Amino acid sequence: MNGIDIQAIFFDECEESLQAAEAGLDACKAGTQDSETINAIFRAVHSIKGGAGAFGYEALASYTHVFENLLGDVREGTVLVTSDLVDMLLLALDCLRDHVESVRGGAPAPDDEAIKARLAEAHENVGKDGGAAAEAPAPEPAAASASAEMDDLDALLDDLLGSDPAPVAEAPAEEVAEEEDEKGEEWALYVCPQAGAMDNGSEPLLWLRELVELGGICVKCDESILPQIDEMDPKQGYLAWTFSMPASVERDKVADIFDFVGEQCRVLYGEEALNPPARARAEVAPAAKAPPVAAPAATSATTKPETAAAPAPAPTQTPTPSAPASQSIRIDLGKLDQLIDGVGELVIAQAMLAQRLSNEGLAHFEELAMLEGLVRDIQERAMAFRAQPISSVFSRVPRLLRELATTTGKHVKLVVAGETTELDKTVIERLSEPLTHLIRNAVDHGIESPEDRQAVGKDPEGTLTLSAEQKAGRIVIRIGDDGGGINREKVLAKAIEKGIVDPEVHNLSDEEIDNLIFAPGFSTAAQVSSISGRGVGMDVVRQNVKELGGRITIESRPGQGTDFVLALPLTLAISDGMIVQVGDQSLVVPLTHVVESLSPAETEIKGMGRNIRMLNVRGQFLPIVPLRQLTGGPRAETNIETNMENGVLVVVETERCGQAALLVDAIIDQRQFVIKSLDTHYRSVDGVAGATILGNGRVALIVDVDRLVLDMTSRRHAPAEAA
Amino acid sequence: MKPTRILTVDDSASMRALLLHALTTQGFEVEQAEDGQQAFEWLATNEVDVVITDINMPRLDGFGLIEQLRDTARHADRPILVLTTESSDEKKRRARDAGATGWIVKPFDAEKLATAVRRVAH
Repeated sequence: MNGIDIQAIFFDECEESLQAAEAGLDACKAGTQDSETINAIFRAVHSIKGGAGAFGYEALASYTHVFENLLGDVREGTVLVTSDLVDMLLLALDCLRDHVESVRGGAPAPDDEAIKARLAEAHENVGKDGGAAAEAPAPEPAAASASAEMDDLDALLDDLLGSDPAPVAEAPAEEVAEEEDEKGEEWALYVCPQAGAMDNGSEPLLWLRELVELGGICVKCDESILPQIDEMDPKQGYLAWTFSMPASVERDKVADIFDFVGEQCRVLYGEEALNPPARARAEVAPAAKAPPVAAPAATSATTKPETAAAPAPAPTQTPTPSAPASQSIRIDLGKLDQLIDGVGELVIAQAMLAQRLSNEGLAHFEELAMLEGLVRDIQERAMAFRAQPISSVFSRVPRLLRELATTTGKHVKLVVAGETTELDKTVIERLSEPLTHLIRNAVDHGIESPEDRQAVGKDPEGTLTLSAEQKAGRIVIRIGDDGGGINREKVLAKAIEKGIVDPEVHNLSDEEIDNLIFAPGFSTAAQVSSISGRGVGMDVVRQNVKELGGRITIESRPGQGTDFVLALPLTLAISDGMIVQVGDQSLVVPLTHVVESLSPAETEIKGMGRNIRMLNVRGQFLPIVPLRQLTGGPRAETNIETNMENGVLVVVETERCGQAALLVDAIIDQRQFVIKSLDTHYRSVDGVAGATILGNGRVALIVDVDRLVLDMTSRRHAPAEAA
Repeated sequence: MKPTRILTVDDSASMRALLLHALTTQGFEVEQAEDGQQAFEWLATNEVDVVITDINMPRLDGFGLIEQLRDTARHADRPILVLTTESSDEKKRRARDAGATGWIVKPFDAEKLATAVRRVAH
């Protein structure tokens, strides 16, 4: 890669940017003036400006700078998008295209004075009522700053084009040496990182090392407020250093090191550094991000009134409050997972032992029950290591609501319950996306506009309720709004229009209609947002939840609101399942899918075509899926009648195909099982979600109910289901 | 010693090329992403020592990327530098509030990049 290649990339990119900007402006003219469109135009011009600066195209850089200033105003909303403005921006874009062409062809820059003046004028009118004319025109400073930037870039471009960058790098060093000879006065520097100085990946040690590299000598380390080791929190700043810097090192050069540092680190120079303000222990107490009273410039929004008001008594109190903090240790997540994996094996071994003893007729004795209790106890505690409170997800919601309030104009109150409920870390991490989408959806489509709400006598401000609780071994999360509820007529009409529902079907239940919003292809206009980018459909939300081993259901009350209820497993590693016998194989059906099991009477089975049997469950017909197909191959299918007589039907709920009845030979047991992925040990198999080891030591496959039922039913009704 | 690994996030191909060139000549190992979303997804399963990100990007912008990364355990303490065209205190404050470790003011040279990276690389 050399300079010429990179320039070629730049010109290609300019072409794309110009097209993007033009498309955006055309859309504006046509009436689409949402923030994403404006942003795209801004980005396009911004990107050309960035490249122009980098490659030293001064005229182009100066022009795009003026252009971007105005687009920045449009983006901020301080300049309104009028038809006149769009026309002017289109003219400006034409001129930008000429600029790019001239740079590419090495021709002189086009005459941009007139349009530049108009752009600058529109920009300057913002926030300056009158007096704008007296100001210097914008192009001048822009050009100046652009050319100043050029100096910086020469080094990089020289480097790219193969000339020697060394003189640039060495020049300052020589100057430094000369200065050192001239004046020999050393100067003092005081550095005191405080609580928060290590946040966001900052590392104060690196700053100190850089000072040493510059020739600084540490003359004093103030450890006066260093607490006892059991009270120590490594993230707090307890130490302060005084450095003696050689006279040759300019203050600016040192200030540059601390450029990144905010109020979390006090840096004093010269005389001030020799007499730093006294430090009290209070300022490093965990709650106190507040700067001490003596610090001049610093004020912090996070200041907690109580700590700021009472810094003096704090030292005497420190031992008690900070003691609990020292009671924790950090463990590598990998080690923890190994432990949890081991506990999983222990659960299996215990089950195997129980099985063996039971075979020997020794099932019921106290020690075994004790062992079982202990193993379960250990398992639960091991799982708790990975558990995190759901508040880490919920705490992000207020910000989301604020952003939604600005884009939709709907102000929504948030009510949160059960935020201390704990979930597996992985589940928490993967929950944030579907949750964000559901909340966005609730505000966008659920909650009505303030006017509509007032019209029906509701509080103009909507309410979003988020709750989490542990219920029957699962975590139930509820996202509720007090909006208008799902408009079932509209949903049904749209589903018919999209070909998701056969127009002939008229007997859909309310629940079935509500669930149509999860159908792939139901969501239409891509929702655009700055947080999650292009919106995804609700089908993706359901998919995400399903991948977590969870289920999502809707409870909608017309006029009163909609609740989305997520039921999630406590952990991804262990699950409850029903063990069924099919031929000589044991299979596991995850309990989350099982609705009921029954031995059907002959009259409840109806035939449809040659191979299809339907089960009549209280008037509802469900397709029967013989699990033998999973284990046996096609021959089994012909024996469906004989299997039916001796078999048991397990009614399961699936995500995509409603309910179905799985035909098995017998139900053996219901128990917890440890999920082992087939992908890692063998390869992924359709219809199989994984494997587990049973109490008798045999491997059993875990049935992927959704996939299996989908495959079977779509194979039979290929033409009908294809839509 | 293992070379410092850097992920650069920028939607402009020429900026990516410049960054790649400048950083590799300084002895860094470089990975590249084209926007915040791609970077976030990549970082879900990959590690780097330092992230350098542009601010204005489609899908997920630089600030959004930082905020999302700070919410994950894996990247809560990851050094993240933002590329910015302005060096005003207000811009710096915004970057810091978003959770950035530091910033690099455009245009940059290889030296400037290396200094900024070394200042934060643990």
